[in-house]
Amino acid sequence: MRLFFGSCLTLILAAAIGLGATWLMVTRGIAFGSLTIGAWTAWPKSGSVDIDPYARAAIARTGELPIGTGDGVAFYARTDDSGNVFDGRCTFTIGGMTPAARYWTLTLYDAQGRLVANTLDRHGFTSAEIVREKDGRIAINVGPRAQPGNWLPSGGTEEFVLVWRLYDTPIGVASLTTKEGPMPKVVRKGCL
Amino acid sequence: MMRLPLWILGALLLGGIVHLSTVLAMPEAATQDAYSRLERLSPVNTVVQLPAPSAQNTTMPFMDPAFAVAICRYDLSTGALKLRAPLSQAYTAITFYTRNSVAYYAINDRAAGRRAIELDLMTPEQHAQMPEEGDVTAADRLIIESPTRHGLIVLRALAPEPGLMAMARRALAGAQCRIEPVPAQ
Repeated sequence: MRLFFGSCLTLILAAAIGLGATWLMVTRGIAFGSLTIGAWTAWPKSGSVDIDPYARAAIARTGELPIGTGDGVAFYARTDDSGNVFDGRCTFTIGGMTPAARYWTLTLYDAQGRLVANTLDRHGFTSAEIVREKDGRIAINVGPRAQPGNWLPSGGTEEFVLVWRLYDTPIGVASLTTKEGPMPKVVRKGCL
Repeated sequence: MMRLPLWILGALLLGGIVHLSTVLAMPEAATQDAYSRLERLSPVNTVVQLPAPSAQNTTMPFMDPAFAVAICRYDLSTGALKLRAPLSQAYTAITFYTRNSVAYYAINDRAAGRRAIELDLMTPEQHAQMPEEGDVTAADRLIIESPTRHGLIVLRALAPEPGLMAMARRALAGAQCRIEPVPAQ
C-alpha cells in the first residue's frame, strides 16, 4: 500500500515539476546565448541552425519567425535602462547613437507581439524616416500623449515591448563578444 | 516515512526527464506555429503576399510593419524548387525556414549583388543526384540545400517610408517559386 501511494506521489510530483519547468522556460522566453546591451537583448543564434531547444519551443508556441542571421538581428526591450517595465501610461525617451546597420527599424508591440492601435497609425520608425539631431543622434519619445519631434504613440497600453531590428549589420553575426554597437539609452521621463 | 526523501528524489529525476522531453517535443506538437498559421493562407509551392500587420490582425506575432512580406510554402517531394525574386529599391531579404521555424539560410540583396535573386532549393539527396556536367553554370547558380522536405521561404522588402510600401509590394509581386520535376532517368 505504501509503495502504491509512494509511486502515485512521485508520478504526480514529477509531472508537476516537469511540466511546470517547461511552461516557465517557454513562456518567459529564456534562451541561451543572449547579447545584452543596456536595456536591449538579442538572441543572434535564434536566427540560425544553432538555435537552442528552449528558443525552438518558445517560437513554436508563439508562432513567430525569428529573423535570419544573414538578414539582421533583433533587440528586444521590456524595461528601460534602470529596469522600469514599459508602461503605456508613462513617457520614455530613447536617445543616442544608433549602431552600424544599413537599415534599422524600431517597432512597438504589446506583450503578445501585436501592434498597438493609435490615431496616427504609427507603430514605429525606420532609419530612413527618423528626424535626427545635428550631430546625428536620435531622440524618440514613446508615450500616450502627442509630443513634438519623433513621437511613438504607446496608445495607453498596459505593457509594451520595443523591438530594434538591425538589417545588414555586423553586430551579433561576427561574434557574440563585445562587438557592441552603441545602442540608444532608454530613460523614463514621467507617468500620467 | 524514512523513504519520503527517496520518493522526492525520484520525482525530481523523473520531472527532469518530463521537462526535457516536453521541451524537445513542443516544435513537433505545436499547432499555432508559423507554418501551421501560413498553411491556412497559402497553397503549396506558390508565392503569396501576406496582409500588412495591423493592431486588429497579424498573421504572426512580432512582424515588422515596415516590410512587405511574401511567403512560399514549399514541398520538395516531387522535385527541386526554383525561386526568383526581383529586388526592391531599398532592402530585400530572403530567409529559409524548416517546417519547425528554424532559419537555416538567409540572403539579402547586397549578398546577391544583382537585379534579382535566383536560386535553386533542393534536398541533399536531390543535390547529390544532380548531373556533374555543369561546372561552368554551377558558379552562376546558387544552390541551397533544405534540411527538410517541407518548409517556408519568406521574402521581405523594406519600405523605408510608409509611402514606399506600394513599391515594396510591387517588387514582391514579381517573385515566383515553382517545382522543377525531377527528369526521369
